[in-house]
Amino acid sequence: MVVKLTKTKSKLQDFGKKIVKDINHKKNPTITLPVRSLSNVGFDKKTKTLMLKDKIANRYFFNVAHAKKFLQTVEIASLSKNLLDEDKHASLRDVFYMAKRTIPGTNTNIVDEQIESDAVIEDLELITDSSREQLHINANKMGSVAGKVVIKDRQDTINWAKLGSGGWSIPSNVEDIKFVKMSAKYIIYMEKAAVWERLHEDKFWEKQNCIIMSSQGQTTRGIRRLLQRLHTEFKIPIYVLTDFDPWGFYIYSVLKFGSISLAHMSEKVAIPGVKFLGITADDIENYDLKKHLIKFKETDVSRLSQISKYEWFEKNKEWQRQFKMMKELKAKAEIQALSARGISFISEKYLPEKIKNKEFLD
Amino acid sequence: MQKKLTEIKRIRAEELAKEQREISVSSFFEKNRHLLGFDNPIRALLTTVKELVDNAADATEEMHILPEIFVEIKQLSETRFIVIEEQIPKIFAKLLYGSKFFKLKMARGQQGIGVSASVLYAQLTTGKPVKIISKIDPKKPAHYYELHIDTNKNEPEIIKEDIVEWDKSHGTRVELELEAKYQKGKQSVFEYLKQTAIANPHIHLFYISPEQEKIDFPRATNSLPIEPKQIKPHPLGIELGILIRMLRETKARTVQSFLQIEFSRIGSTKAKEVCDKAKIPANSKPKKIARQEAENLFKAIQQTKFVAPPTDCLSPITSALLEKGLRKEIDAEFFVSTTRPPAVYRGFPFQIECSLAYGGNLEKESQARLIRFANRVPLLYQQSACAITKSVALTNWRAYGLQQSGNSLPVGPFVIVVHIASVWVPFTSESKEAIAHYPEIIKEIKLAVQECGRKLASHLRHTVRAHEQREKINLFEKYIPEIASSLHNLSGESKTLITENLNKMLKKNLPSLEKNGGKVD
Repeated sequence: MVVKLTKTKSKLQDFGKKIVKDINHKKNPTITLPVRSLSNVGFDKKTKTLMLKDKIANRYFFNVAHAKKFLQTVEIASLSKNLLDEDKHASLRDVFYMAKRTIPGTNTNIVDEQIESDAVIEDLELITDSSREQLHINANKMGSVAGKVVIKDRQDTINWAKLGSGGWSIPSNVEDIKFVKMSAKYIIYMEKAAVWERLHEDKFWEKQNCIIMSSQGQTTRGIRRLLQRLHTEFKIPIYVLTDFDPWGFYIYSVLKFGSISLAHMSEKVAIPGVKFLGITADDIENYDLKKHLIKFKETDVSRLSQISKYEWFEKNKEWQRQFKMMKELKAKAEIQALSARGISFISEKYLPEKIKNKEFLD
Repeated sequence: MQKKLTEIKRIRAEELAKEQREISVSSFFEKNRHLLGFDNPIRALLTTVKELVDNAADATEEMHILPEIFVEIKQLSETRFIVIEEQIPKIFAKLLYGSKFFKLKMARGQQGIGVSASVLYAQLTTGKPVKIISKIDPKKPAHYYELHIDTNKNEPEIIKEDIVEWDKSHGTRVELELEAKYQKGKQSVFEYLKQTAIANPHIHLFYISPEQEKIDFPRATNSLPIEPKQIKPHPLGIELGILIRMLRETKARTVQSFLQIEFSRIGSTKAKEVCDKAKIPANSKPKKIARQEAENLFKAIQQTKFVAPPTDCLSPITSALLEKGLRKEIDAEFFVSTTRPPAVYRGFPFQIECSLAYGGNLEKESQARLIRFANRVPLLYQQSACAITKSVALTNWRAYGLQQSGNSLPVGPFVIVVHIASVWVPFTSESKEAIAHYPEIIKEIKLAVQECGRKLASHLRHTVRAHEQREKINLFEKYIPEIASSLHNLSGESKTLITENLNKMLKKNLPSLEKNGGKVD
């Protein structure tokens, strides 16, 4: 742990020293980093994840178009070094407020919106080849987990099976967690906190000997990293349960292949091994969910067509079949639609059956 | 209907003025002083100066001499003033001839009764005659006259004649004593002279105010405006009353030759066509045409197609000179001007010019100042009734990055100048202060104003960009201590040294930053 800290710190120092060197050589101070836009992101067939390509951009201090961004980058790098020096952690919001101050003699703030500082933090991840958590900057925690797992976080031992109705809430930084005991056979990750609560109340994880995990909406980095660690360290499968709609498919896609904005982190957060459990177009048929369909809106149609054209889905026959069926239905369905068959239908019938029959999409 | 009425009024004024013998000139004046610009004592003073200056400028230009005009106003009492006007060139006073009347030529005064009206006003309010000194040769003595207008005979009468000594080598001096009121501001003598200097960059004006302030308006060019050609009226510009009078006064023997001789753009074929349409024999005598027949002739003219009138009868200020004139009188940062090609309204050729002055010391928060000219004469009254005002207000200035609320004049630090040059400027009334709302004229004014507006907009965009860039370059200086302190924290290197080095680099790169749009090569 100490080694890791010093590594990130020394990278921040190197970053500063490189710029000072430019200045001493009377060279326009320059920050070099890969371009993080869509044009520089591609699907890597070998790792089966989204990766940054090799386009590089220079950020110069003596250029009116770059100067402010340059200033923001060194300012936040310096803030991060202070955090490491003091061994304290700050949230993204904290960092925004620490950097949001007026430059003396001007009416310009170093940053005006949190988006600006968030983007610079992502740049720093690339510059220092460290995650934002390693820079001691955390996102808000979000999401819960329960299962037969015992971990050690800082000085505390935590049993995920003994945390009452709320479960363990997953922090932004899961890097330093140690798994003490782990006997689960698989993980179910679901899009909806309400479904997680259903399964938790039904003691699904106990009966099935699995881990249940959820967030609300988009999957946070902490959850993705935790899933990846469990998947690689214990070689257990992960099944994804989302609504039957284009956004649900997208959640799965991000988990499995990575995302454009975090393409530089794919190695740490993408999990090519995850499988899609449901809700599938076939489930609509098999579990008699037709009468609970919700009609498509314009945005759903265009989103579906975008997703069906993703390079990694384009040649996947199974997925194309799903897209086609959804397109024909012109409708979506929520996971909770299963409750029409009985409140515990999902934990007693749907999930055990699907898992037993190995009905997954890859 | 309104238009028709003013037309009729104008015909009346013209006819009355021309046929002065038939009525008492003083009773005509009394009844029509509002039409002639003498409706109140403030305006009387301005109109008097205006008529004298216009007359002097027209007279000198006709002689191909650069006008040099001196104006002085002396205050004798609360309500009594003396207006002195001197023109230096060697021409004899030809003040009181209405020679320009209904000759279709672009000229300042179109009525020819302007100066006589001033003389008459002076005479009626103070009983004093006009005093004229004229000297045509430095070696010869000057002539001195005192004139008044015999209101019974309606003729100027010399009541005193003398040979006097005059310290000028040559020129003419006119002195009028009148009851009036002096005021400063937007409709003052000073403002009138200043605007005259803008539209007439070839005139050298000199003014001594009642407060003994001496103001010089030097000329911006030594070339005289091109002398406008005189043209015959175009058939489509004629009105029934005028047609009847022309028929009565013509020397032509037949109606056909009357049409050919008295109008432009009518040849023998067209003349015959008109006669046939009016069912009048081509060889009938013009003087014997009855009113009903004249009306038929008038209708026939309206129903016939004619080639547009010639436009070489116009003498625009030209955009370059208008801009020069504006530059010397208005302290601004950016100037632009344009001259439209000639156009035609109702058979009369006309031409529009526009110039804008922006920025500098002009008032930022108030409405733009509109300066209107007709045949180089400033229009100081009736701004809101004028077609120029309407056209400028109807222009969408917001599209050029300027403020404007609804259809009113735009707001900002600028002056808008519009000049209409025409052989017959259509005024809404005889006081000649507002242009009538002809669609053709409004359209041309809008086009001229828009052309200038577009150039102003591009200038504004450019300066805003340059200003923003300069501000950003200035920010480097403020960024340096911030960068230095962060880099010191990151690298442990000396903050002072980093600051010094960065400041040195900034100093060295500043010219390159300013030149390359904020970048370093």
